[in-house]
Parts: sequence; C-alpha cells; structure tokens
Amino acid sequence: MRFHYETDYGDSQRLLRYAGDWIAWLALAVALLVAPFVLPRFMIGELSYIFILATASLGLMVLMGYTGQVSLGPAAFVAIGAYVHAVVLSMGVPLPLSLLGGSLATAVAGVIVGVPAIRVSGLYLAMVTMAFSIIVEHIIGRWKSVTGGHTGLPVPDAALFGYSLAGPKGFYYLCLAVLVLVFIGLVNVLRSSIGRAFEGVRDSEAAAYSLGVSVPAYKIGAFVLSSGVLGLAGGLMAHHVQHLTPEGFGLILSLELVLMVVIGGLGSLRGAILGAILIGFLPRIISMVKPLLPGASGQQFGLEIFIYGLILLLFVLFEPTGLNGRWLKLKALVTHFPLYRRDTFKRTKTYMKSERYR
Amino acid sequence: MSLLQVENLALHFGGLKAIDDLSFGVEKGEVFAIIGPNGAGKTSVFNVITRIFSPTEGRILFDGRDITRLPREAIAGARIARTFQNIELFEKATVLDNLLLGRHRFARGGFVAQMLRLPHVAAAERADRDAIETIINVLELSPYRTVPVSELPYGVRKIVEIGRALAIDPTLILLDEPASGLNPEETRDLSFWIEDIRADLDVTVIMVEHDMSLVADVADRVLCMNLGRVLATGTAAEVQSHPDVVAAYLGA
Repeated sequence: MRFHYETDYGDSQRLLRYAGDWIAWLALAVALLVAPFVLPRFMIGELSYIFILATASLGLMVLMGYTGQVSLGPAAFVAIGAYVHAVVLSMGVPLPLSLLGGSLATAVAGVIVGVPAIRVSGLYLAMVTMAFSIIVEHIIGRWKSVTGGHTGLPVPDAALFGYSLAGPKGFYYLCLAVLVLVFIGLVNVLRSSIGRAFEGVRDSEAAAYSLGVSVPAYKIGAFVLSSGVLGLAGGLMAHHVQHLTPEGFGLILSLELVLMVVIGGLGSLRGAILGAILIGFLPRIISMVKPLLPGASGQQFGLEIFIYGLILLLFVLFEPTGLNGRWLKLKALVTHFPLYRRDTFKRTKTYMKSERYR
Repeated sequence: MSLLQVENLALHFGGLKAIDDLSFGVEKGEVFAIIGPNGAGKTSVFNVITRIFSPTEGRILFDGRDITRLPREAIAGARIARTFQNIELFEKATVLDNLLLGRHRFARGGFVAQMLRLPHVAAAERADRDAIETIINVLELSPYRTVPVSELPYGVRKIVEIGRALAIDPTLILLDEPASGLNPEETRDLSFWIEDIRADLDVTVIMVEHDMSLVADVADRVLCMNLGRVLATGTAAEVQSHPDVVAAYLGA
C-alpha cells in the first residue's frame, strides 16, 4: 500500500514521485539504449518502425483522445510530412531542418483542414478528415513533377552532422530520440493550461466557453499540434520505407493509427504508445501464427483486416478504457496487493448531459 | 448604478418570444433570484447574459460596461461566472483539474513555454493551485480532490460546478437551478454556501430556482417571470402573494 502524501503544491506537479518510478523508467531507458547491440538486425528495424508509429499515434491522441475531434485521415498528414521531408532533404538541406520543415508544412496543412473542419463534429468531422485524406492521396498520385506520382519518390539516406544514419542502429537512435522528445513535450503541454483546455473542449464546449476558453482556437490548435507531430513521424517514415508511393499512406494506415489510439485508450499518452506497440507488432504476430492455423484458413485473403476488426470489437466490448485502462488495473493490483478490489474501477452511470448549446 | 443592468431585453426565435421587453437591475452584494413557471425564459436570460444567444433587442450593462456584443469567451474575463442546469462538468477529469480549468483566464506561458515547462509556467500552476485550495476549503471539497468527476455523486457534482465557477474569480455568479436534484440536507448546506459566497468571497449572486424555501432563505429580492416578461419583483413573500404570480402558477 502507498499513500499520497504531499507537503507542498510542487509535489503534485512532480512526474516521477517515487523511487519505484525512477527505477522503472531508468530500466526502460537502459533497455532501449542497449537493445540495438543485443537484438538481431531485423528486430532493430522493426523497433524503429514501432517508434515511428508511436510518435504518430501520440500526435493523433492529442486530437482524438484529448480534444475529442474524430479524425479518420491521419495518414494524409503523415504523407505530407514524409513527402515534404523527402523533397527538402534531396535539395541538400540538413536532416534536422528538413524534418522540422516537414513538420511545419504539415502543421500548416493542419490549419487548412482545421479551420473549416471545426464547424462540424462527430461523424461529419470523420467524413471531412477522411475526404481530405483521399484528396491528398490523389494529389500525390497526380503531381508527378514533385512527388514522382505512382512510380514513387526515392528518399535520400539519413545523415546527421556528417554521420550516416542509414544503418539500422543509427536510424533506431534517431527514431527513439524523436519519440522521447515528442513524448516529453506532449506530457508537459497536456498537464498545463493548454492541455486542460483541450480536455474542456472535449467534455463540454458550453462550460469551456463560460470559463474563457476560446473553443474554436483550441480546436484549431489541437489540429495544428496533432498534424505537426504526425508530419514529424512522416519524415521518419520516409526513411523507413525508403521509397515513397501514395498507396503507402492510404486508408489502411489511417485505420491503423485510429486503432492505436482507440485500443490504447482515448485520453492517455501511455495508451497511444501501448496501442502502437500492439498494432505495430500485430502483422508480425499474425504471420507467425498463420502456419499454425488449420487447413485453408491461414491462406485466406484479408486475414489481417479481420483480426484488426476483431481486436477492436473485443476492446470496445470488454475494455473501453483500452490498454491504458488494463495497465492502470494491473498497477492497482500490484500496489494494493492483497487489498485490491475489482470494483474500484466500476464506473457509475453518467448523468444526462445537455447538448443544447454547444 | 446597479452592478448588472438589463434594459428592454428581447430574445425572439422566429415568432417565439423567449424574452420579451425584460428590464431589471441587480445591485452589488445582492442575492437575486429569478423564479417562474417552466418555459418562462429564466435560463434564456442567463444564456443571453453569458452570450450563448445574442439578444434580438435591448442591452446589458455590467459594471457600467456594455457586454451585449462581447465574444462568448470574453464573459469570464468580464468576471461573470455561471453554472448550468444540467451539470456541464468535465467528466473524465478530476475535481482538481476541473477547478484548475476554471483558472484558465489566469494561464501563463505560450505553447513553447508550456512544452518546456519553464519555471514561470510551473510557478503559475502553483499559484492556481493555491487559489483553488481556498475554494476547496470554502466548499468543503477536500475529500474529492483527485476523484474523477464521473465517480462523484450528483450532489457533490453540483457543488464542484459552483466551485469551478468561483475559480474564475468572478464579481457576479449566475447559478442555474443550484438546488435541483439535491436532498433537503444538501439544499440547506447550499443556502449556507450561497451566503458565504456573497459575504466572504464578495460575489454577487443571481440564481434561477424553483425551490421556494431556498429562495425565501437566501434571496434579497425575487423576480418572477412568465412568458418572457416580468410579473413581479420584490421580497420572496411579496412575490409569492402577488396575484399575477399566483395566477401564473395555478392558472387564473
């Protein structure tokens, strides 16, 4: 058992409050830093890809999980980040500047989508963002002089201050660094007034207005922040796939990203990362399990989509709070052992909420 | 000069006159109650004051300043706070976060400063926490600090919403049916808190309320509305015995 004991307001602001937290995070940091020297070459690439997905998932979580704005077109922002980065990098601009440039360009795209999109919400917003995603895919396919169209665009090798990052190890550390920086930045933003305003916009627009929150400004802000992070992930994704084609940024990628935040648990950065790990490894797990399936069922076309759908369904039915909710329950079980009560996490019914003035 | 002056206010939705030529004034330090049958336009008055609706005609002066055309999010900056009839709390956030969001208009630091958590951002957070602890003490919310709102009983939520409104440091607070859904004991506590809000926190109170025992208990003056118009103004006893009011409630 552990009791929260605070002696000043600073205590409640501290992120790592207990020795256990420090040990756990240090252990994770050491493990991630040592991993490339221990794991086989193939796994290093796989982990880098998970880091990229996790970065993108964090970006989408800000918009969907914290601000409550549904987006079914995150892949479009990843695509814009990837293409801008690839084009700018091949002009000879250094990698950090080019990555930031891709991110900024995507943030601008976020404004362009956000300004009209905030007029609608829910299903309509989902359709607007999905339409945007399809439009972006088509523009990339047709704008051959810049993007190479459907034949694709080769991505120059990554290099930082003269050191090549083309090998799996260098790229691994680049992806890890970006993920960590994005994570820390978002943790700080989301526990400050901006993050609270996002949550206010999500839970009650009427109340947010009455507290002086400019709801449209924060919605657009969430679009911009989210797309900026998605664009950053896109830049890294360009190096991962090495050859950009519009098909790589279609609805399937959007679907995967949305699954990550929903299965991870809306409204939690930890959930975004856990979701990315699960969805990122899923194709690998499926291909491992496939030979074990009886008869022809392993050869069925569309098995992966079926399993995505199944997992989403199971989570929505049995664990609506997602992987993050599962994690919190496990943690409570360990810290309260043997006094854990399962009903701690039972939610009371939500009371009627007025939707009259939004 | 009254603190809040409503002059010839009208709010029409097509042919429906929700508010029709309504005028009243609220003095500083007063507890002012608005009563009336369902559909009288009481909540509409609140919604016009807090700029959810724009009035068809008339104007509203607050502290000598015309607030009739202020942007909706600027009302908190003018130091007018409100609660809602059907609690509008941020369900998934804790009580502390709800109250801290009430301090939004005091927020420091831009996006980059908050991202890097610069010292002045952390200091502002501590100052906000200090300010809301005062409210937590007044409203006796200390057992619930870290509890998510979705886990609180209805009566406590009502009080948390009042606390959040107080967190913006208002000079005027609009309470929309604060006692609806409360049991008699909670209603009695509420009448003490309204008295505290007026006397200790120096906040003027306007409330829409159906519970006449609470109104009689705390309100200095009562305005009775029907069909968007003023029926009667005066003390609770005067208004209750006014023939027009009796006719409006019981049917003539």
